[in-house]
Amino acid sequence: MEKFTTHTGVPVPLRRSNVDTDQIIPAVYLKRITRTGFEDGLFAAWRKDPQFVLNQPAWKSGSILIPGPDFGTGSSREHAVWALQNYGFKVVIGSRFGDIFRNNSGKAGLLIATVDQEVVEQLWADAEAAPGEPFTVDLQARTVTTPQRVAEFQIDEFTRHRLLEGLDDISSTLQHADEIAAYEAARPSFKPTTTPVEATV
Amino acid sequence: MGRTLSEKLWDAHVVHKGEGGEPDLLYIDLHLVHEVTSPQAFEGLRLAWRTVRRPDLTMATEDHNIPTLHPELPIADPVSRAQVETLRKNAKDFGVPIHSLGDNDQGVVHIIGPQLGVTEPGMTIVCGDSHTSTHGAFGALAFGIGTSEVEHVLATQTLPQARPKTMAVTVDGHLPDGVTPKDLVLTLISKVGTGGGQGYMVEYRGQVFEEMSMEGRMTVCNMSIEWGAKAGMVAPDETTFAYVKGRPHAPKGVDWDRAVEYWRTLRTDDDAVFDREVRLDGSAITPFVTWGTNPGQGVPLDAAVPAADSFTDDVARSSAERALTYMALEPGTPMRDIKIDTVFLGSCTNGRIEDLRLAAGVIKGHKVAEGTRMLVVPGSARVRLQAMDEGLDKIFTDAGAEWRGAGCSMCLGMNPDQLSPGERSASTSNRNFEGRQGRGGRTHLVSPPVAAATAVTGHLSSPADLAVKEA
Repeated sequence: MEKFTTHTGVPVPLRRSNVDTDQIIPAVYLKRITRTGFEDGLFAAWRKDPQFVLNQPAWKSGSILIPGPDFGTGSSREHAVWALQNYGFKVVIGSRFGDIFRNNSGKAGLLIATVDQEVVEQLWADAEAAPGEPFTVDLQARTVTTPQRVAEFQIDEFTRHRLLEGLDDISSTLQHADEIAAYEAARPSFKPTTTPVEATV
Repeated sequence: MGRTLSEKLWDAHVVHKGEGGEPDLLYIDLHLVHEVTSPQAFEGLRLAWRTVRRPDLTMATEDHNIPTLHPELPIADPVSRAQVETLRKNAKDFGVPIHSLGDNDQGVVHIIGPQLGVTEPGMTIVCGDSHTSTHGAFGALAFGIGTSEVEHVLATQTLPQARPKTMAVTVDGHLPDGVTPKDLVLTLISKVGTGGGQGYMVEYRGQVFEEMSMEGRMTVCNMSIEWGAKAGMVAPDETTFAYVKGRPHAPKGVDWDRAVEYWRTLRTDDDAVFDREVRLDGSAITPFVTWGTNPGQGVPLDAAVPAADSFTDDVARSSAERALTYMALEPGTPMRDIKIDTVFLGSCTNGRIEDLRLAAGVIKGHKVAEGTRMLVVPGSARVRLQAMDEGLDKIFTDAGAEWRGAGCSMCLGMNPDQLSPGERSASTSNRNFEGRQGRGGRTHLVSPPVAAATAVTGHLSSPADLAVKEA
């Protein structure tokens, strides 16, 4: 995973709440077996609307998404994260997120910055006051800098560390290989396996 | 101080305790895999020269992206076909047991786990699917994960996880006749909101759950994710043990006795304290349906479409405005007056044999209304076979419904089973999101009996409405 330190880019105010992962990318776009090419499905239904924020010249090349509360609820599809990244988004700033989406983002290198909804409103206002003017997100300092203000955001320390260092989770876990083996050795024999058996039901 | 059920399950699976803000490393007892969220994970393993650590704790099936018609023919859509073939190849290359289309144990991943007995109390269960919470019905810690985490579990059989808080949802009393677990969970979500469970492992308790069948418990636990919970669970009891006993992968002989002895310890201690508690009166619950575009936007079937102004919270009000526009509904319209084009009976929420029996019992002797179509999609090949043994398929087809093959189907509209723009469904599935069942489609979430009664009348109805007409 690439290291994330700071990012400067165009903020996109997405004034909608409860944007579930089906809105971010509908199921019919999930058929690819790669991690790339999902940008076509991003907000697919809304992209048909000329008024939609990403269809406005000032926001089109945005890389910092600022949605309303409960962004990324619903389906566990990591394709939602890939679609945002494939389009060019590096950061999502919001007040509340679906747990699985937040986890997926951390693993895939999309920064989820959490702020109070009041701050979201201020960021929306700043972005709309000067469409296309970039914001800077600094993960080291945990701040978002707009032309008007510097706002602090929250992120759990573990995810922040992993993003700053660009760490691969699997390698970190494999440092505990001995503990995994010891745990396995002590598992009770009554725990089931998936090895095929003759069906009796 | 005592521990809650979820804390006991958590503690029993810690391989390495995280320190200084680091998450715990949890052992995973069962990893279920399907075609949509796994290809990139297997590809990641290949690129890093890694193997699947425990293929014997991993099970694959095809469910999300398969047709429910003509299973004997190759999948028509070449992109869907490639995805399914990729799963088959990955399962073969990495030695993972797979239940493919045509196999009697194929089906929706959350239906086949319990059916085969690989879902048992006391386990940690994950799958690249948010409805993995279903398995919590057995007193397991079960949750959905993304593809990066799927790769992590394949490679290590563990997952780093920050420990969530704990919540109890206690439902006292008895569910009235004709009221189902689906009505209960829709009522709950309308009260707590779609974000109400974020950051919590939830235990469902109280008399209503003690009296509930395993399949009903699965329906409620299934929808835990629809109010944002990390996991939902019910403490295992005699009902659970009776359900698991004798299933193909269930422990046998001495192992069975040892297992049950352990499972009996999986209860919240009397002096344990939950971080949050919610209480509902089960006796007051009535048939419940959604009017909006998230599962929290619901009302009793007896009620009317609410006005956006009736919501005091700004976010809820603007969300209601959007939803009413998308759903093309006028506030004040009685829910029963809403005309339905398509009824979908199926999904990991309500695609089990009890669901099909309930719906068949309602529709028996009636006809699907003119201008309405009804799709019946059993949750698994075995549920389908069992239903046919019981003659349920004939009841549905005699009524004019379509009897399909097993899969996720119209729940997520990934295969050809989709709504057209503007088409309105009554669906026993779990999500009424914009476009979920097909671009521009409008979804009302309902229970199986309401689905069946609605198919007969052509507008949202309960079985009691049919009885009135007959009288």
